[in-house]
Amino acid sequence: MSIGTTTLKIDGIEVTVPEGTTILNAAKANGINIPTLCYLEGLTPWGGCRICMVEIHGTPKLFPACATPVNTGMEVITQSEKLREYRKMVVQLLLSERTHVCSVCVANNACELQKLADELGVDHVMFERNWTSQEIDSTHKSLVIDRNRCILCTRCIRVCDEIEGVHILDLKNRGKDSQIIIDLDQKWGDSDYCTSCGKCAKVCPVGAIYVESEALSETKDKHIAEFILSRRNR
Amino acid sequence: MKEIVISPITRIEGHAKVTIFLNDDSSVRDARFEVVDFRGFEKFSEGRPFYEMPSITARACGICPVSHLVASAQACDDIVGVTVPRTVELLRRLMHMGQLIQSHALNFFHLSAPDFLLGMDYDPERRNVFGLIEKMPDVARQGIRLRKFGQEIIENVAGKKIHSSEWVVPGGAKWPLTKERADYLLSNLPEAQDTALKTIKLFKDWLASCTEEMETYGDFPSYYLGLVTPNGGLEQYRGKIRVVDSDGKIVADMIDPYQYSEYIGEAVEPWSYMKFPYYKPLGYPDGMYRVGPLARLNVCSHCGTPLADEELKEFKKLGKNGVVQSSFHYHYARLIEALFCIETAKDILEDPDVLSERVCTRTRPIKSEGIGVAEAPRGTLIHHYKVDPQGIVKSVNMIIATEHNNLAFNKAVTQVAKKYVEAEKLQEGMLNRVESVVRSFDPCLSCATHMVGQMPLELRLVDSHGKLIDRQIR
Repeated sequence: MSIGTTTLKIDGIEVTVPEGTTILNAAKANGINIPTLCYLEGLTPWGGCRICMVEIHGTPKLFPACATPVNTGMEVITQSEKLREYRKMVVQLLLSERTHVCSVCVANNACELQKLADELGVDHVMFERNWTSQEIDSTHKSLVIDRNRCILCTRCIRVCDEIEGVHILDLKNRGKDSQIIIDLDQKWGDSDYCTSCGKCAKVCPVGAIYVESEALSETKDKHIAEFILSRRNR
Repeated sequence: MKEIVISPITRIEGHAKVTIFLNDDSSVRDARFEVVDFRGFEKFSEGRPFYEMPSITARACGICPVSHLVASAQACDDIVGVTVPRTVELLRRLMHMGQLIQSHALNFFHLSAPDFLLGMDYDPERRNVFGLIEKMPDVARQGIRLRKFGQEIIENVAGKKIHSSEWVVPGGAKWPLTKERADYLLSNLPEAQDTALKTIKLFKDWLASCTEEMETYGDFPSYYLGLVTPNGGLEQYRGKIRVVDSDGKIVADMIDPYQYSEYIGEAVEPWSYMKFPYYKPLGYPDGMYRVGPLARLNVCSHCGTPLADEELKEFKKLGKNGVVQSSFHYHYARLIEALFCIETAKDILEDPDVLSERVCTRTRPIKSEGIGVAEAPRGTLIHHYKVDPQGIVKSVNMIIATEHNNLAFNKAVTQVAKKYVEAEKLQEGMLNRVESVVRSFDPCLSCATHMVGQMPLELRLVDSHGKLIDRQIR
């Protein structure tokens, strides 16, 4: 074993990766796919959505692959019946928490939550839906936030802070009452500091932040953060 | 008093029942067409951005989502203050022609034809499109292919056969029509036109044998309301409203969609989820009027395409002063309209402007109100939205084609029930005639109650003390 690397097993396959690598990146580097939702390459991992949970041999706890660094001798299981059920439940909880109606959503066919639900076989939601009716903020000249569709992945907050360097977006409240806020909880149109860069719309995995009169398939750019960082570090 | 309830009514779109009230001597006193669905589109659209309205309201119906799309698009154009380019008008109109063709083919071949091509008293188990395929396979095949042609127009213009809402945007369209797609549609057009002409002939031949039905099937005077072109021709996409009376006299003409509420009132009855629109100057319930294919042909002076105009002349001969009263002739009118739509589709597809690629622009809401009116297959469809300065919907009023006919439905079912229903010896065929008059209007109750589901039928017979004495469910 060379210095500065870690060897572990993922789904029975022995892999060697640089020390400190996350389980998610170790798996990815070795062609093993772990589903993610709040994670976005180029942004600090958040570990909030719980979709990328994996099992680690020897402990009953599940771990978020995006935020857990590898350890020597670790035996990671990324696919199991238990994980599949957990992931399905997470998607169902997300779908039931607010108002998600794919057929009339700008994100239809470009939505990561929809895609995940499809891949995991979520064909119904076993929980009672909340059908929230939050006010939509379309006071900005081109960007719209519909909090009814927000899954609180915080990608927008992270991209605004870490890539654009403005940090006008943040969270207020806790749990299901959490909300993305603009500046000190103002209307978007009243924000003096928003640069209108639109990165928040590009990274939103659902239809919560979007550019008015654009279908999401045109707006979305999952690689925006990664791209900007790579240009910056050149 | 006894009561017969037909519930649910079959081969229509939506859920409804008919209740027939009997006198003590078991003769028919009255009949009601009761719509038992509730949906609430007007309410849950509140708070949504206006540009979502086409996709939300199109979901009211799987049969005519396109009519909702075009009415909603017009209301949205209005809100953003944009006059859409000619290409977009042509494309939306073309898509709507596809809608009318497919819906009219659906009603005629799948829903109504079994009654008259197989017979009113034919085995109810086989009195449907499958029975038609069994007995008249060529007719059934042509009908199914005609409907397919209509659906393909919609798909080729707007991307999907059903709920192609992504294509419709306020002030424009999402993408242009390609030459390959236009050519494909043009290559299939002659067959569709041939089917329409053959079916009209088949229907006229059959007409000669059924005068009794024609006399009783909702043959009563009423007003007729529909859109017309500036010179009084047949119009289904964007136009002004005209109202004629049963003698063919124009009582209101060139009404701007913005004035609709001055002419159309909406009443509510506790026994139905469907509202009762009425012609305001006459009051409720006297202001009964009919909409849909029959009304459209009654209000217009000409179609504007050669083959349809020829048929229209013959059609107008069936009535007094060019106004045909019998609801039975909705069927005939529907076929003439289908022919008109096929001819119009051809004209549009051959127009050089239809292939222009400049169809979309960015828009912002500048008006607080928008109204869109189109002629859906079943009649005049009105969408009326009020929005805040950011374009968030504050209130919605939708008047759906089927609703306009509500007063006329009740009149028609009463008329047919009085003529055919004998409570002492109730037979399925009697009730089918009541259902059939409902079908002649081609109601779409899922739209009209702004609701989900299929359209089965229940018939109840209730005595003069309100006691249920007989009930038939299919």
